[in-house]
Amino acid sequence: MYIVSALVENKPGVLFRVTNLFRARNFNIESITVGPTEHSDLSRMTITIKSDDRTLEQLAKQLRKLIDVVDVKVLDRDNTVYRELALIKMKAVDPTTRMEITNFASIFRANILDIGKETIIVELIGTPDKIDAFKNLVNHFGIIQLARTGVSALPRGVEFN
Amino acid sequence: MVEMTGAKALITALEKEGVDVVFGLPGGANLPIYDALVDASFRHILVRHEQSASHMADGYARIKRKAGVCFATSGPGATNLITGIATASADSSPMIAVTGQVQLSMIGKDAFQETDIIGVANPCTKYAFQPVTASEIPESVKKAFYIAESGRPGPVLIDIPKDVQQATADMKFPDLIKVRGYNPILDADLSELGHAAEILVKAERPIIMGGGGVILSGAFSELQALAELLMAPVVTTFKGKGSFPENHPLALGPIGMHGHAEANKIIQEADCIVAVGARFSDRSVGRFDEFGKGMNIIHMDVDPAEIGKNKSVDVAVVGDVKSSLRTLVKMLSKKIIKKSGDNPWLKRKKELIDHYTESIRDYPRDLTAKKALKKLRELLPANAIATTEVGQCQMWASLHFDVISPGTFFSSTGLGTMGFGFPASIGAKAARPGVPVVDIAGDGSFNMTENSLAVSVLDNLPVIVFLMNNYMLGMVAQWQRTFYKRRYMGVHQHNCPDYAKLAEAYGAQGVKAQSINELDKAIRSALKSEVATVIDIPIDPEEDVYPFVAPGTGLKDMITGA
Repeated sequence: MYIVSALVENKPGVLFRVTNLFRARNFNIESITVGPTEHSDLSRMTITIKSDDRTLEQLAKQLRKLIDVVDVKVLDRDNTVYRELALIKMKAVDPTTRMEITNFASIFRANILDIGKETIIVELIGTPDKIDAFKNLVNHFGIIQLARTGVSALPRGVEFN
Repeated sequence: MVEMTGAKALITALEKEGVDVVFGLPGGANLPIYDALVDASFRHILVRHEQSASHMADGYARIKRKAGVCFATSGPGATNLITGIATASADSSPMIAVTGQVQLSMIGKDAFQETDIIGVANPCTKYAFQPVTASEIPESVKKAFYIAESGRPGPVLIDIPKDVQQATADMKFPDLIKVRGYNPILDADLSELGHAAEILVKAERPIIMGGGGVILSGAFSELQALAELLMAPVVTTFKGKGSFPENHPLALGPIGMHGHAEANKIIQEADCIVAVGARFSDRSVGRFDEFGKGMNIIHMDVDPAEIGKNKSVDVAVVGDVKSSLRTLVKMLSKKIIKKSGDNPWLKRKKELIDHYTESIRDYPRDLTAKKALKKLRELLPANAIATTEVGQCQMWASLHFDVISPGTFFSSTGLGTMGFGFPASIGAKAARPGVPVVDIAGDGSFNMTENSLAVSVLDNLPVIVFLMNNYMLGMVAQWQRTFYKRRYMGVHQHNCPDYAKLAEAYGAQGVKAQSINELDKAIRSALKSEVATVIDIPIDPEEDVYPFVAPGTGLKDMITGA
């Protein structure tokens, strides 16, 4: 998995231009997140993609060509902190199941956000791998709904873009 | 600061950009713009279909080497422009398309003649945007021209809601503009150029491949200087046809699907290819994996995204090719003494030309596309401008019409838009009224925009439609003949219409030329005519275009005849 971080103009239609480019050039992305940055007029898009180096290079170059894209960096995973948030709603009727889920959650440093009569919602923050691992672990309890944010990332140390 | 309406600000901003003509058609959502146009200092040319407006603006741009401008109303007016915008995008032609839009409060309400034209245009423009206040218009126009004309040129669309056109504001017209997400690279990295020079000094069989970027950058003399210094044969892509004089002793013409046989052959024997402003399109190089295998490839282009897109290369020189070539020639002239013309590589070139001149048989008729085009070239002055329709006529032009003066030929090479040539020739005539302009046409393609005859006649832009007429969608017919066992479907035009009469109906001149002698007379008469001339030249529907590199195959698989 590669992580691409793009600073873009914070204005309407920019997300459309970026996703339109991915469709037009047949780039199959894993996730994309968009949010405000330290500058009110810029947003950061974090894109993850599973591909070969050549596709990655093209994606970065094509992104840079977009007028509303101000900067594009391919992040080196070893020198990057990256996290994803997942909300997982599971079926948990009997006390044993609830205990077991709570135990797993604490091992994964996840939080229980909601407990209802028949369901539990767990919040988990981590790398996509960690979230996948937790999902596989609790799958048999019956996942009712799952929402993942996609990856947000920043390079370590004094690197600015 | 001056107070005026958004529409007036648009016209004023266009005047400040030095616009001398716009091509367009009015409608409900751009009426304020047309009202402001009454007092404009530039000319408005009324088209009969918006597709032609965008092709005319494109043709104008390719000759003037600055952005052509077209206007359309919202909805269908705007969508009709799209084919021409996509054509300009595929061929990196600078264009400003200004569309009217329904008023801001109606956007998203599925109003009458409302289309999300920004959404439609996004994939086929360099930029498409919508000013939402009148005061943004001067800066929007400045930005549009800057983006359209700089770096790798392309079309920009400005969509202006009707109430924004009508609103009044204090206008400030900027002289300069900076766009923070847009910084075209103009000066190439010197170390990459040095690397390129080292490879070229050692190359024994260098070849230059001139692309459309040479024409866009106007790097004609620089390309010629490089070729003559290296004594390297020059092939071109089809888009690059005319980047190098085709009567030059080093010229071999276009490579590709219907490239010149000797050009397709020699490029396979080179040890080093210098691709200048070319993008290694499938139509030019055949199979990406086979092309240039084992050779050193030097790729010079203004667009960094072209490097490695279709073809991995050894040296990438990113920057404006005119300045890159100039620096490269300077570097090389210190390192090499001008090579003599008497070397094995140039002998091989001559051998190939002789071989194919002898072995490729002409189609056995008195009047063929080849003979007609040779006659046309013979009678046209070197500075005449030629463009083409799309199909067999286009490929025959590529093969048999030599471009002598660089930059006097263009065609819809990337998108392959039928209907392009005729309106584009009118745009070219508007850009350079003093020289003859010819649309090398086929009947199928001419059909699509032939109503531009009205524009040519009424706006006094006389061009020559050199109509090679087989009453066929000839290229499709050729493929059906070659790949579908002659099972013809949807290709016959059944002797309809009578093109000479059609021309006359519009007040143009229509001539039928049934023999080379009649054609000679017709061309001479067309060159003297004050109105457009359609020369209807009967072509045998079985006359195919050869050589042919079938799709999905490599240049080595070229077929030179039936």
